[in-house]
Amino acid sequence: MQDSFANTVIRLNGLTYQYPRGESLHFTDLEVPSGQHTLILGDSGSGKTTLLHILSGLLKPTTGIVSIDGQQLYELTARKLDEFRGQRIGLIFQEAHLVKSLTVRENLQIAQGFAGARIDNSRINEVLALLSLDHKADSYPSKLSRGQMQRAAIARAVINKPAILVADEPTASLDDRNTESVLNLLLDQANQQGATLIIATHDKRVKTRIAHAYEMATRPHPINE
Amino acid sequence: MNVLQIAWKNIRQNPATSVLGILLTAFGTGILCVLLLTSHQIEEQLDNNSRGIDLVVGAKGSPIQLILSSIYHMDNPTGNISLAEAQQLAANPMVKLAVPLSLGDNYRGHRIVGTDSTFLQLYGLELAEGRIWQADFEAAIGAEVAQKHNLKIGDNIYGAHGLSSEGHAHDEHAYTITGIFKPAHHVADRLILTNLASVWRMHGDHDEDEHEHEHGEEHDHEHEHNDSHDVAGVEEHEHHHGEEHDGHDHEEPQLVKSIMGDIGSGEREITSMLIQYRNPAAIGMFPRLVNQNTAMQAASPAIESARLFSLLGIGIDSLQILAYVIMLMAALSVFISLYNALKSRKYDLAIMRTLGASQGKLFGIVIAEGILLTFVGAIAGVVIGHIAIYLIGASTGGTATLLQALVLLPEEAWLVVIGVAIGFIAAVLPAIKAYKTSISQTLSGN
Repeated sequence: MQDSFANTVIRLNGLTYQYPRGESLHFTDLEVPSGQHTLILGDSGSGKTTLLHILSGLLKPTTGIVSIDGQQLYELTARKLDEFRGQRIGLIFQEAHLVKSLTVRENLQIAQGFAGARIDNSRINEVLALLSLDHKADSYPSKLSRGQMQRAAIARAVINKPAILVADEPTASLDDRNTESVLNLLLDQANQQGATLIIATHDKRVKTRIAHAYEMATRPHPINE
Repeated sequence: MNVLQIAWKNIRQNPATSVLGILLTAFGTGILCVLLLTSHQIEEQLDNNSRGIDLVVGAKGSPIQLILSSIYHMDNPTGNISLAEAQQLAANPMVKLAVPLSLGDNYRGHRIVGTDSTFLQLYGLELAEGRIWQADFEAAIGAEVAQKHNLKIGDNIYGAHGLSSEGHAHDEHAYTITGIFKPAHHVADRLILTNLASVWRMHGDHDEDEHEHEHGEEHDHEHEHNDSHDVAGVEEHEHHHGEEHDGHDHEEPQLVKSIMGDIGSGEREITSMLIQYRNPAAIGMFPRLVNQNTAMQAASPAIESARLFSLLGIGIDSLQILAYVIMLMAALSVFISLYNALKSRKYDLAIMRTLGASQGKLFGIVIAEGILLTFVGAIAGVVIGHIAIYLIGASTGGTATLLQALVLLPEEAWLVVIGVAIGFIAAVLPAIKAYKTSISQTLSGN
């Protein structure tokens, strides 16, 4: 744990979420200092994805406070929250998903546009080059290999230099070699763009790379491994 | 990338369903556009051609036929009426202007109209060059006749019997063109005007050729005497209108009688007479006067045109219903394609939300897709409509002047607005669904 004077990029406080069907989850409080990459660990169905959605501003918790980069998410209006998410939170899913009707470059452009930023083609070129996708900039997603899709999705997540980079089971369907390279990419990109990486996973291969972890449980304190 | 660009990219993603929606909208709009143009242009033509004519007096028969033959020159006359009787009517104080017409021949489909100079006044015709007829077998022609057949002053033309150029040719007498009118943008542009006597002489009066000339002139005299303001051969008649009654006035009735006596049939005949009232009070009284007190019938262009148009209207109405049904199908097709696409695009939309797109933006994207489809369709429909009008006009030759493809009516903007409205309506439900899509559920459900 870092000292309290460091910037806290994520703060969860008294979070609960009640599913429409009646099941309810209680989340342990959490504080993540800036730059401290953190894992969210737990078995399938333990609510990892729900927590990721809550801290990404996609799902309003029943009670509690979510503060990202100093901003209390659910105090924002819906519109402001969308814009904040576009600017400060980068999301990566297990299956890389690009908008099918748009090229890789256009997928990055809408990420800038929706976040309210200006279209900055030199930034797009820079990110694509970092992920060695510059030759695929004008290809449609259907023409990309799986690895290229994954890299394009990462490019899109970091294009706006987010405060946190949230990944949901990014390695679940990958073999060891690809898991290694995706983790390298995520860590590299997070460090280069100054983002704090949050990875929800139950993949043991990931645990060896990132020290800090948040265990999905009803236990009152986060544990460090 | 704004909302429109994203919507357009999405449309291109599903070309088949998009094209179906566009095509249906285009056909619906196309039919409506054709109907709009034809009915507007026909109505305009009907109005233009009958402007200033309050009543047509002719032989008993179908009033529509009388109107069609005497005003639009599209049908055969109902028969002949007595010139003397017609003149009596023309002398009525309710009549401001009375124009006699004697029809029968054509030149290459252009009707040759025997009349007098009041015709020019009624139709507001002005000469572009030359002069109007003075002697028999002199003719002044409409601008379109001159242009179409490349006729110049001094040219001779031969009439043929009837209204179509295939009729029996009158090759014994040629008309000499003495004048060409300026374009007036109505039926007179397509007519050949001459005096009444020429038409009479052309038909069956060959044995009385010597008298014909007098008759012709005499008729002119009489007519001008009936309070019409003449243009041609004015000098002589000015005297008649003057206050001083000299010998001429008393002579005239006798002269008429003596001429009438000369002719075996006993009476001169014309085809019909166009009448302009002196004041609106005549509308109610004058037709009754004609229909009850004479063997002639009076037909009002306003009433008959309206009747004719309401007959046409049935056809227009049913085509309009067809067009609306097609538009409805277009709306349905756009709705179904957008709604179906939502299923496969739910994830795309959720991703856009994670990238910062607001709910309103997704709503806008789906609405923009619907509107783009029908907007493109409506524009294509208007183009199709104009092409269709052009083809119809080109294939019907003679009536080509009735329909003009290069006229853009302000109402056509409404067609595009209707198209856009249909796209909007079709897209509202899918757009609301896109608006309401829960990102969290969509993302974790997959």
